[in-house]
Amino acid sequence: MTNHWVDIKNADLVFVMGGNPAEAHPCGFKWAIKAKKTRKAKLVVVDPRFNRTAAVADFYAPLRPGSDIAFLGGVINYLLANDKIHHEYVKAYTNAPFLIDEGFAFDDGIFSGYNTEKRSYGKDTWKYQLDKDGYAKVDETLESPNCVFQLLKKHYSRYTPEVVSQVCGTPKDAFLKVCEYIAETAAPNKTMTNLYALGWTEHSVGSQNIRCMAIIQQLLGNMGMAGGGINALRGHANVQGITDFALYAQVLPGYLSAPGDADPDRKTYLEKRTPKALRPGQMNFPQNFPKWFTSLCKAWWGDAANKDNDFAFDYLPKLGGASDVLSIFNAMYEGKMNGFFCQGFNPLASVANKKKVGDALAKLKYLVVIDPLATDTSEFWKPHGEFNEVDPSKVQTEVFRLPAGLFAEQTGSFTNSGRVVQWHWKAADAPGEAKDDTEILAALFLKLKEMYAKDGGAFPDPILKLTWGYRQPAKPAPEEVLMEINGKALADVVDPKDATKVLVKAGEQLPSFAMLRDDGSTTCGNWIYCGTWSQAGNNTARRDNSDPSGLGQTLNWGYAWPVNRRILYNRASADPAGKAWDPKRTVLKWLGDKWGGNDIPDMRPDAAPDQGVMPFIMNPEGVARLFSRELMAEGPFPEHYEPFETPLDKNPMHPNNPKATSNPAARVYKGDMEAFGKAKDFPYVATTYRLTEHFHYWTKHAHINAVLQPEQFVEIGEELAREKGIRNGDTVKVRSNRGFIKGIAVVTKRIRTLEVDGKKVHTVGIPIHYGFKGVTKPGFITNTLTPFVGDANTQTPEYKAFLVNIERA
Amino acid sequence: MALQSLDIARRSATTTPSPSVRQTTEVAKLIDVSTCIGCKACQAACMEWNDIRDPVGWNLGMYDNPVNLTENSWTVMRFSEFEENGKLEWLIRKDGCMHCADPGCLKACPAPGAIIQYANGIVDFHEENCIGCGYCITGCPFNVPRISKKDGKAYKCTLCSDRVAVGQAPACVKACPTGAIQYGSKEQMKDYAATRVKDLNERGYKNAGLYDPQGVGGTHVMYVLHHADRPQLYSGLPAEPSVSPLVGLWKGIAKPLATATMALVGIASLFHYITKGPNEVSKETEKEVEKEDAA
Amino acid sequence: MIRDPKDLKRYTAHERANHWVVGMSFILLALSGLALFHPLFWPLTNLFGGGTWTRILHPFIGVLMAFSFLALYHRFKALNEMTPTDWEWVGRVKEMVDGDDHNMPEQGKYNGGQKLLFWALAVCVLLLFVSGIPLWRAFFDPPVGLARLAAVVHAVAASVMIGLITVHVYAAIWVKGTIRAMWYGTVTRAWARQHHRAWYRQVTGK
Repeated sequence: MTNHWVDIKNADLVFVMGGNPAEAHPCGFKWAIKAKKTRKAKLVVVDPRFNRTAAVADFYAPLRPGSDIAFLGGVINYLLANDKIHHEYVKAYTNAPFLIDEGFAFDDGIFSGYNTEKRSYGKDTWKYQLDKDGYAKVDETLESPNCVFQLLKKHYSRYTPEVVSQVCGTPKDAFLKVCEYIAETAAPNKTMTNLYALGWTEHSVGSQNIRCMAIIQQLLGNMGMAGGGINALRGHANVQGITDFALYAQVLPGYLSAPGDADPDRKTYLEKRTPKALRPGQMNFPQNFPKWFTSLCKAWWGDAANKDNDFAFDYLPKLGGASDVLSIFNAMYEGKMNGFFCQGFNPLASVANKKKVGDALAKLKYLVVIDPLATDTSEFWKPHGEFNEVDPSKVQTEVFRLPAGLFAEQTGSFTNSGRVVQWHWKAADAPGEAKDDTEILAALFLKLKEMYAKDGGAFPDPILKLTWGYRQPAKPAPEEVLMEINGKALADVVDPKDATKVLVKAGEQLPSFAMLRDDGSTTCGNWIYCGTWSQAGNNTARRDNSDPSGLGQTLNWGYAWPVNRRILYNRASADPAGKAWDPKRTVLKWLGDKWGGNDIPDMRPDAAPDQGVMPFIMNPEGVARLFSRELMAEGPFPEHYEPFETPLDKNPMHPNNPKATSNPAARVYKGDMEAFGKAKDFPYVATTYRLTEHFHYWTKHAHINAVLQPEQFVEIGEELAREKGIRNGDTVKVRSNRGFIKGIAVVTKRIRTLEVDGKKVHTVGIPIHYGFKGVTKPGFITNTLTPFVGDANTQTPEYKAFLVNIERA
Repeated sequence: MALQSLDIARRSATTTPSPSVRQTTEVAKLIDVSTCIGCKACQAACMEWNDIRDPVGWNLGMYDNPVNLTENSWTVMRFSEFEENGKLEWLIRKDGCMHCADPGCLKACPAPGAIIQYANGIVDFHEENCIGCGYCITGCPFNVPRISKKDGKAYKCTLCSDRVAVGQAPACVKACPTGAIQYGSKEQMKDYAATRVKDLNERGYKNAGLYDPQGVGGTHVMYVLHHADRPQLYSGLPAEPSVSPLVGLWKGIAKPLATATMALVGIASLFHYITKGPNEVSKETEKEVEKEDAA
Repeated sequence: MIRDPKDLKRYTAHERANHWVVGMSFILLALSGLALFHPLFWPLTNLFGGGTWTRILHPFIGVLMAFSFLALYHRFKALNEMTPTDWEWVGRVKEMVDGDDHNMPEQGKYNGGQKLLFWALAVCVLLLFVSGIPLWRAFFDPPVGLARLAAVVHAVAASVMIGLITVHVYAAIWVKGTIRAMWYGTVTRAWARQHHRAWYRQVTGK
């Protein structure tokens, strides 16, 4: 989230698409209801299903799964064509005036630079035109045909309401009604908050779905505003936390890009990752990358990381390729992996194409499952009737189950979707032999260290020299870990402008990442968490909910990263002169000598408005990007591509260009392209989702949740049910090209048959949550059906749009 | 459940006044259907607070689960899809005891003290006095009480009388994530409902309103409905509930009338005997019989 | 034991036993039913081991009464067919109530009042049985409308039946020499001659 949960109450329009917060985030959804009750806010839902959020919405519009970009592209076109944009904001705070390389082009679904064989782009033309000083050229009139604004207009002019309706199946009047709701928030004192979740990310164009909304929110001037922003609803109490701490090996904690084969030394590595400002006078905050990275190395290896050894740069593993979940299981499937540690993860159930995952696990020598529950994964080798048909005599994998405590049985911190880190205390002891995750990892580490110390090995130093300064090495305390993450000064940290002024004394906890240094005098396990445990103590344990502004900022509750800032880009909530766009919801304003208001300024505190320091300080250009330069895999503007399994066999926006049917830059592994089904065999669009009664694959083990939703079901519309002779309560079999599941049919008016590109498209809705372990009725794993392909940028699998057939079982 | 004792408004099968010196405010739970997302947190909270568990059931082709109220599920969500003029609505109603001001269950109950109405409006079952006859089911206009197969006692929502007695809101209210279930004095709840109704009116629900049916004297569980003119849309919420006239007859006039009639017959017989004397075989007849014998 | 060989046999042992099964079950049903009907009678539940036992036992006893009454019904229905003489007797019942029965029409084994009582009781038992089933929650789960109707029917029929039985019992007490018919099975000839002369003639041939 750029904003935070409580801030949703400040919105004038709560726009929900690609998410179902009432269902999946009922507690946070209270703030949407609050906005309705106290601000007379409108709630608009766009979703393939009339879901629980739609049940309390002011307006609902249906769309076909996997057509979000067409819909949102239509919104962008509507805003531009009807001049419903926040002009001053767009001009000052976005890259609308920036001039793009003359060679940039877009031709029938493909951007310039495409390499068909590699299925990827050379991005040389996706760049700003630079002047002789290396700064981007701009056209303040926004009229140059090569400026971002004109390119944007041109690109989305194709997304007319008729095209939207043709591609999405959304009735034209419903689409236009949604546009009207959204357009109202172009006024400087109106905001739209956007709530999305996996309904946008779990597509082969997931990241670009979100990019569309980023463009819309920039055009409307809603970024940085109270009640605005782009708000990803994270599904798990601490999934934000795990993301912040290197969700994939491709990043180091704090989203620092990890070194790869192309980074032979620290200098090369840092140079590539430390950008230069693209406009004069901008903060270009990532220029501090070396400070963050060096402090991380110091946190990990202490004295063993020093100037003489490039701060232990060589201790870091260098990635040879992808390390996302699909690539891991593909490598396992190809027999390239011996062992797998599976901690708090149930991949047999939660990764696409269960058959492939099961076959992959069977090729391991060993599998270690660290979990509070007896997961389906831990019994992937065991026959459970038709739910898990496997021959155990053919599986050689040795499985170890290490029982771990549940979150409520451990002390530690949660980071919520709004980036607020909150300490929590253990509520009960874990049962039986279960241990804290830290204790299990410590035991493994200490044993490994002992073995390396005894036996040597190819490169023992990264293990032997890792800092492990916990009072009880076998039981690191959560408090010690958070203090270590926060970091401390190893030597006095002095003011760069005045070396006599000591900012932090040696040995003290650091108050913020502004104190980090690249000379080895500071440690920090994750730069964005710097400040969580300052010299004042554990700031995440603060529980003062006073809210003087009434905006719900509660700056003394927990600790939000970065630097306790609650709304990112909050400088953009004020006009270029420093006055709040909406004085009634002032987040930040220029006080004459400094920035102040109701949040920690996302701006150098003394940067006077006339200095022209722009609000998007993490971007070297200082402004937000309508045009995302070379940062996205499939293009600087989002374009509609069909899901890899499309009911149409072509992209209706590029019917004559098969290269542009589905995401041209998405990675497809050998064998997986063949495993995609075709519309003639699998004519119905399927989408998977969560139910409010359950949490992923955990609560099927909990009696109360099982009572509330006991059994796998499949939702279909009334028209499909009639065609197939399926009645409510019948058992149905749903097949994709990868397998089948069975469930109880729920025939509903809430899923409509849509008219798409001249043909009828039926949607089949399939909740996840069920499996062969637990106290719910034993069932199939929904991901038996889903395709093994992901988003081109994040590789998040396409769980939300694929093809199936359905029949009475 | 029994906790309060000094603020009893009515007690089943009891003809004399109950302890009632303690002054309490009339309370109410307001269920704002227009902000309810059907998450069933209230169901879970009810199970947890009261330590009751239904067995894991089946899916019967709907979201409702358990599909009906049971002795272990004192509240259930009922989902219904309603389409009118091309606009679809998913109406989700939390069902359970309405805590009527004029409770049919209490009226019907034959066991003294098995059903208690407190001065705060809560209608509570005291299972230790319940004999399991099921008259409460017969008396209830909302089809709420359920008899347990395990112990033959009747169960239903207590409005968490045990929590309310110590100043806490009912468990479902506490658990409701969106604030769709509110709790307070009945007056407060009516005032709050008025603001919700106004909001719904402004959003185009012309017939939005408060469901506080006067046929049962008003209730202490009330609904804000978008379509207050048609409560039946919400999975058959009765439009004009009242204690059935048959129950009224049975538990009203029939009781004294029948008792009096029966007593009268007995008394009339007695007085007949003492006024008219016994009907004995007459001497004349006896003589006739003797004469026959002699013949 | 034979008190007097000249006494007339009015009821066989089987008939008496059948009657008393009905009679006893009726008493138990009345006591337990009243206990559940009006708070005034609630203490009667103590006779049955408390409210719950009262609730449990009442319907089983009801089934017993219904079936034993059915047997009684078959035994006596032929004897209770109304004749024109019975109707005449019924029309002049006031004289009878006033204790002046000398001019009443000659009666067979049963007089018109007894016969009407028989049929009325039969109707009551039928109604009680049929309406009792929907009220038996331990085994049946009727539609609530039916249960409500049944409750009223059951209450009314029971009240009527209690009234009728009160009259029945009182009549037996009032008319001296009657009760022994159900204790020993015999009545004196004088009793028979006075109250049921046609029957008297029929059995004595006089």
